Amino acid sequence: MRIAVPVEENEKEICPSFGRTPLFYIFDTETNSGTLIENDAMNAPGGAGIKAAQTVIDAKAEVVLVPRCGENAAKTLEAGGVKLYESVGLSVEENIQAFLDDKLAVLTDIHPGFHGHGGN
Amino acid sequence: MKLAVLSGKGGTGKTLVSVNLASVAGNAAYYDCDVEEPNGHLFFKPENVTEKTVFVKTPEIDADDCIGCRKCADFCKFNAIAVIGEKAMVFPDVCHPCGGCMMVCPQNAIFETERPIGKIAQGVSEDVTVTSGILNMGEESGVPIIRTLLRDMKANPNDFTVIDCPPGSACVVMESIIDADFCILVAEPTVFGVHNLNMVYELVQLFGKPYGVVLNKCLDGENPAEVFCTEHNIPILGRIPFDAELGRLNSNSEIVSRIDEKYHKLFTCILRQVKEAVQQ
Ligand code: SF4
Ligand code: SF4
Repeated sequence: MRIAVPVEENEKEICPSFGRTPLFYIFDTETNSGTLIENDAMNAPGGAGIKAAQTVIDAKAEVVLVPRCGENAAKTLEAGGVKLYESVGLSVEENIQAFLDDKLAVLTDIHPGFHGHGGN
Repeated sequence: MKLAVLSGKGGTGKTLVSVNLASVAGNAAYYDCDVEEPNGHLFFKPENVTEKTVFVKTPEIDADDCIGCRKCADFCKFNAIAVIGEKAMVFPDVCHPCGGCMMVCPQNAIFETERPIGKIAQGVSEDVTVTSGILNMGEESGVPIIRTLLRDMKANPNDFTVIDCPPGSACVVMESIIDADFCILVAEPTVFGVHNLNMVYELVQLFGKPYGVVLNKCLDGENPAEVFCTEHNIPILGRIPFDAELGRLNSNSEIVSRIDEKYHKLFTCILRQVKEAVQQ
């Protein structure tokens, strides 16, 4: 199974924004190894969540670990059969371990997006 | 003359100013472009209201014809299309219906449908024609509704038109002021008020619109918004005092200038200043 985690440039910490994260860490439980892929949606003017979700789906991830997620990204992931779990703290490694140990809960914090139009 | 009323955030008295200026002007048109929270009609309580639904075009995918080639998703610069399991999927709320995906699809699998996103309501309150744009809950962009309002405004020119703009300085506000001859910026006398004022001040400068400020909720003593205006040479068109009576009437959705002579005078005076500024 492949687990995707949005990570910061330092490659160790979880990036709280799924759509705007610079990188995704894709961990493969079969080979017990991980790779980093870039998130093209990082600077997208809009629809970043959708595009980032597409990237994760194309990387054949089945699970995403994030602190929260926008509506459109969640919808896209769901359509791609990807499940969302709520990360705890910032460590990528610890969260992957926690997920494998069945200690992470299904993500419920799905927020409506602002899509760059937020009034102010 | 078209007068746009702006403020950096909601609740600063933008609607108070818009509604009362339209009222004292007489034979005026009032357009509520604050489509996410249109309040003007609560004050005007217009009669003989007619409503018109506003639609936007949305692409839809015929899954039987789609081969998952991704040409549409690659083309869409708004990232409104994802392709999952070899089938394209459209996100209407981020689509800015450009029709491009339809043109690039080699399968002709994309067709256009119409989706209601809100409505325009028009009625009459004494001698003011009141037109409000109302965006459905959950819709992302009010721009198509504002454009419909502005089209109506152009088709039915009036001697005096007040445009009650959305708060802030985002693209919906820019749409709303494009045709304005003059912009009124409504500001509160606080440090936050200055921050909000600065946002709309930068916007009207960017658009090269003549403008002036109306200070709301004025108390005796220091007024940071007034200091800001003096420092930046921004004309002050009027000061609305902080006044319990006015606050009460306004929060009861009364048009204060229709009820009390003293407020009628206050807004007539602001209107006169605007007219003088436009003529200069
Ligand atoms: S109409 Fe334009 S914005 Fe909408 S999905 Fe197609 S390409 Fe994207
Ligand atoms: S371009 Fe047409 S065929 Fe290709 S993925 Fe999009 S809808 Fe499907």
